[in-house]
Amino acid sequence: MTALLEVENLHAYYGKSHILDGVTFHIGMGEIVSLLGRNGVGRSTTIKAIMGDVPPVGSVRFRSREIVGLKPHQIARLGLGYVPENRDIFPSLTVRQNLMLGQKWAKQTGRWSMQDMFNIFPRLEERADTMAGVLSGGEQQMLTMCRTLMGDPDLIMIDEPTEGLAPMMVELVGKLLGEIAERGISILLVEQKLTIALKISHRLYVMGHGRIVFEGTVPEFNADARVRQDWLEV
Amino acid sequence: MLELITFSTLNGVLYGMLLFMMASGLTLIFSMMGVLNFAHASFYMIGAYFGFEISRRIGFWPGFFVAPVLVGVIGGLIERYGLRQVHRFGHVAELLFTFGLAFVIEELVNMIWGKLPVDYRVPPSLDFVAFRLFDTTYPAYRIFMLATAVAMFVFLLVILKRTRVGLIIQAALTHPNMVAMLGHNVPQVFMMVFGVGAGLAGLAGVIAGPALVTQPSMAALLGPILFVVIVVGGLGSLGGAFVASLLIGLVQTFAVAINVSLADAIGPSAASLFGELGRAPLAQIAPVLPYLLLVLVLIFRPRGLFGTRET
Repeated sequence: MTALLEVENLHAYYGKSHILDGVTFHIGMGEIVSLLGRNGVGRSTTIKAIMGDVPPVGSVRFRSREIVGLKPHQIARLGLGYVPENRDIFPSLTVRQNLMLGQKWAKQTGRWSMQDMFNIFPRLEERADTMAGVLSGGEQQMLTMCRTLMGDPDLIMIDEPTEGLAPMMVELVGKLLGEIAERGISILLVEQKLTIALKISHRLYVMGHGRIVFEGTVPEFNADARVRQDWLEV
Repeated sequence: MLELITFSTLNGVLYGMLLFMMASGLTLIFSMMGVLNFAHASFYMIGAYFGFEISRRIGFWPGFFVAPVLVGVIGGLIERYGLRQVHRFGHVAELLFTFGLAFVIEELVNMIWGKLPVDYRVPPSLDFVAFRLFDTTYPAYRIFMLATAVAMFVFLLVILKRTRVGLIIQAALTHPNMVAMLGHNVPQVFMMVFGVGAGLAGLAGVIAGPALVTQPSMAALLGPILFVVIVVGGLGSLGGAFVASLLIGLVQTFAVAINVSLADAIGPSAASLFGELGRAPLAQIAPVLPYLLLVLVLIFRPRGLFGTRET
């Protein structure tokens, strides 16, 4: 499998604290990869460093092109999409306007149209002209994911998409992830509680203390009780 | 009395709209970049001087259109090559940068045009009486100023609410990082907003110059009022800036026009508690009213009338 994203010896700092301590992993074309780990081990920081939101030190190659040193908007335009954990919707804009801002330019067409989003989440269509700030947590989560998809990324990095969602919503998110994979888009899924990671991932990485401590397939992960115990269970 | 109310309202709204032309840019720049631009009123002054310089060479109308654009370009360049370089040293450095810039601009104006007011006049084509009401005349130039300000307001509103760039600006007001990670060039948007904000202030200078006095101290005189406007309105709130601009415009105009003192209002004995202040006519107290409002707002409603965060 050709690597779409190659992260090599990635370091990141918040002020003086060393958050990422040489993270190395890769994601293949069309692959679903999960990044697991307890709170505070640097999973979100890894994504933010890849996006250039946190200054990265090391090497990140996307389609073999070095992207360390590029600005976030340049990285996004190469085809990397980011869905933040805190559901950073634009609260004073409507649902439709939020989705429009997912597009990188006015007439961007790609694998996803706004109608696709509405078909997957009819709820968003019902509320298309509502201020996004008044949506429920689950609706906001859908909106954040759909907004990023509107920019037609080749790799979408999703931070804790099921955190705090009702079971029905979790199912919907799972369904969308399936749809994304079906259209040939690679997924990097960050999770703590393994809600959907084990069901959909091709490969898993586990992080601990700012580095990768396990790499393998789901069966390999399931066979290794120590990994869960040492690096995931609280 | 009716005459006084009519004309004071007209003048108050006019002054308020002028304030808003500057406050709108200032408050947008603040909410996007977190920088209170101390040099904003300087762009207003440059606008007036550019307008003067162009109008005496070619005519008022070329100045009216060209001067704001020039000021906007200068503003954009200052953001791109000044403010953005200082940005990595934090907000205090940025604040000091704009603070220093205001002095630099004032000194440059002093050097080029001198300390005395320049002879920037209302163009003959607008120098006539617009209408006469209750035996008082109202100059056409004031109507023109009002029309310009209203047109600017509509233009700004349409850009912000109806265009894609406007959506990006609105989103970047609160979530600049997220907007960038969706693939939008946020630094470029910042530069544009700074430039347009400076241009709007410049335009205010171009049209206010002939009506008021074009002199090197005009920025320092106006700057503090602008801060009052955006703090009272709520930092970062365009709607708030609009309401506060009109409020302060009306308050100041009416205060100057109405010749009552505290003694007239509450009786001489009660007013004597306030000493000399009690006998002073309202017109004399007028200049202090905006600052009084500022203090009251900060005490009782720190986030301003329409603001969402504490100032």
